[in-house]
Amino acid sequence: MEPGNGTVASERARDRNGDRRNDDDREQGGGDAPAGVAGDAAHADSLTKGDRTNLFRYMAMMRSAEERGITLYRQGKIPGSFYDGCGQEAISVGSSFVLGPRDRMCILHRDLGAHFVRGLTPDRYLANYMGRSGGVTGGRDGNLHFGARELGCVGMVSMLPDMALVANGMAQAFKLRGEPRVAMTYFGEGSTANGQWHEAMNYAGIFGLPVVFILENNGFAYSTPNELEFVVDPVERAQTYGFPGVLVDGNDVEAVFEASRVAADRARAGDGPTLIECRTMRMHGHGAHDDMRYVPKELFEKWAERDPIELYRERLIAEHGFARDELDAIRVEVKAYVDECAKRALESPMPDPATATDGVFADELTPLGDGRAPWSNWAEQAQQAEAA
Amino acid sequence: MAELTYLEAISDSLREEMRRDETVLCIGEDIGAFGGAFKITDGFLEEFGGDRVVDTPLAENAIIGAAVGAAIEGMKPVCEMQFADFISCGFDQLVNVAGRMHYRQGLAVPIVVRLPSGGGFSGGPFHSQNPEAWFLQSPGLKVVAPATAADAKGLLTAAIRDPNPVCYLEHKGLYRYIKGEVPEGEHVVELGKARIARAGEEMTVIAYGSAVHLALDAAEQLEEDIEVIDLRSLCPLDTEAILASARKTGKVLVAHEATQSCGVAAEVAALVASEAFEDLDAPVRRLTAADVPIPFSPPLEQAVLPQLEDMKEACRELLAY
Repeated sequence: MEPGNGTVASERARDRNGDRRNDDDREQGGGDAPAGVAGDAAHADSLTKGDRTNLFRYMAMMRSAEERGITLYRQGKIPGSFYDGCGQEAISVGSSFVLGPRDRMCILHRDLGAHFVRGLTPDRYLANYMGRSGGVTGGRDGNLHFGARELGCVGMVSMLPDMALVANGMAQAFKLRGEPRVAMTYFGEGSTANGQWHEAMNYAGIFGLPVVFILENNGFAYSTPNELEFVVDPVERAQTYGFPGVLVDGNDVEAVFEASRVAADRARAGDGPTLIECRTMRMHGHGAHDDMRYVPKELFEKWAERDPIELYRERLIAEHGFARDELDAIRVEVKAYVDECAKRALESPMPDPATATDGVFADELTPLGDGRAPWSNWAEQAQQAEAA
Repeated sequence: MAELTYLEAISDSLREEMRRDETVLCIGEDIGAFGGAFKITDGFLEEFGGDRVVDTPLAENAIIGAAVGAAIEGMKPVCEMQFADFISCGFDQLVNVAGRMHYRQGLAVPIVVRLPSGGGFSGGPFHSQNPEAWFLQSPGLKVVAPATAADAKGLLTAAIRDPNPVCYLEHKGLYRYIKGEVPEGEHVVELGKARIARAGEEMTVIAYGSAVHLALDAAEQLEEDIEVIDLRSLCPLDTEAILASARKTGKVLVAHEATQSCGVAAEVAALVASEAFEDLDAPVRRLTAADVPIPFSPPLEQAVLPQLEDMKEACRELLAY
C-alpha cells in the first residue's frame, strides 16, 4: 500500500507493519507492542500528578470491579455469562480521560474504565450484571450493554460495530450545530471485518465528522485470531477513508491518552475523525465460559508481563516521583470502595415482573446529560472561562 | 384547504416541519441536488442547505445509524430509503439499535424512516415490496401507512413529532394517482387512530395504503352497503375501531398489498376472531398478495398483487353469507 499523507504515528504504523511482514511475524494482539507515539514529551505538559493518580485509580477500579464481578458470577449471582476487559484497562481509561463534560460516548464491553471515568459508580455496574433494579438498565439488558444517559453515554448492542454508526450521528449533530464537541466510540478488531465498519469509516470520512474511533486489537474475536480477521492491519485502512490512523501500545495508558488527546483536539478543530488502534491482549476468555484453549501459551505469558496497571505503577515510580506505598494504598482503597459498592448492588432488589412490558415506547424526549471530566484541563478551562 | 397529490402532501409536511423546527433534518440517498428519486425533497437543498438535507453514500445502515445518533443528540432526523426494499440493508440499525433503545436504555430515538413501498408498475422483486410486517415483529417501532393525501401529511407530521422510531410507508402507486383536500399549515393525524373511509352496515373491509382504494372502488362498483376502515396506523393498532366495525357488520374482510403469511391481515383476523367471535356472521377472510416475491412482468405481477376484481369477488363471497 502506498503511503498517504498520514500522521507521524500512522507512518510508524506502516513501518511497523512493513517490518512485521519482512519478518513474517504475524503474532497475535500487540505481539511486539509499538514503541510509544509521537509526543511523549507533550503529554508531560498535559497531565498533572493528580491526573496520573486518577489514571491509575480508574484502571485499578476497573480491575477490582471486574474481579468482584467474576466472584459474583462464580457464586451464581450473575445470570448468563460474564465478560470483562482484563488487560485492556489502559485503553478505556486513557481514551475517555481526554473528554470534556459535553462530549459523548458509546462504550463497549471491554471498556468499563470509560464508564467510571465518566462518573458511573461500580454498584450500578455490578447491579446491572446481576439483573437488579439498581443496574443502569434496571434489568432490561445485562453485561456492559448500558450507557448512563445522565452521563452522556449511549448503551451498546451486541451487533458490532453498530455503535460506530451511532457515534457518527452524534458527531454529525455537533458539526451541524457548530459545537466543538467530540463523539468517541470503541470496537474490537473483530468488528473491522463487518460491512458496517466500512460504512462507518466511509461516512465519517466523507462528512469530516468530529469522532474518535478507538480500535482495540486484543488479538482475538472470541477465538478467531488476527490472521483470519484481515490481511492488512485495519489501522492502515484509515488513510483510504481520508483520515489518520494511529497505532499505539494499548497497554500504555499515557500513550493511549496522548493519541486520544490529539485526535479529540483534531475533531474539535473541525479536522475530522481519527482511528486509533490500541494493540493489546485479551487476558481472559471472551466470556467466563471460555477456557481460551486456542491462545498459545507463550503469547499469553508474554502479555502477562505487560500488565497495564503494573506497567503504569513502575513508570509512575520511576519517572514521576510516586512512592510505591502511595500506589499500593490507592489499590487498597479502591478495593474497599468496590466491596462497599458490591454490597449496595446486592441489596438492590430484582425488578418487578409486572414492569416487564413497560417502556417499549417513549412518551417524551430524553436529552442526554453531561459526563464527568476528571482531566485537570477541564477544570482549568472552566476556571479561565469564569475569570473571563 | 388545497388540493394536493399524495406526494405533494408528503413534501408539504416535511417542508413545514423543517421550517417550524430547526432540529428536523432529512438524510438519504440522492435527496439533495436531485431532490430524491421521487422528488419528495425537490427544492429542499436550496431552502435548507446541505447540513439539513444530507445526501449520503449508498449505505443504509450508516443512514439509520447516523439518524439514531443525531436523534439522541437532540435532532429529529427523517431518513429516506430510496425504496422500502432497501431497508433490508439498514435493518440492523433500525431493529437492534433504534427499536430496542428506549426499552433497554430509557433513551428516546425520535427518527422517521420514510419507505416508498408497493408495486403495480413492474418494479420487480426489489422495488415493489411492502415490508411492514417485518417491523411489526420488532417491538419498539411504530408503523404507519397513509392512504390519502391528507393523511400522508398528517401522519408524517405526527411521526416527526413522535419521540419514537416511526416507519412511514408511502405507497409509490398513490404518489401521483391520489389527490385530495389537504389542510394548509399545521395538520396532525394522531398515530394509532383508524378512520372510517366509507360507512356501511353489511360488511367491513379493513385495509390500509393502496388496498383502501381497492376497497372503496369495489364498494362503489358493487353498490353494496360496505364499510371501509382505513387503519392508517399499524402500530399502534386501533383495535377499538376494528372491533366496533366487526361487531356492527358481522362480516370482515382484511385486505392489504403485502404478502399473506403472518401479515397485518393475520393479526387483525386473529383479533376479530378472538374478541368479536359472538358477533360474526361469516368467517374472517383475507385478500393479500400471494406469498411470492413480486414478479416483474405485468401479467405475473397482476396475478400476484390483489386487483379490483379480486376485491369485488371477495366482497361478494362474504356478502353472500
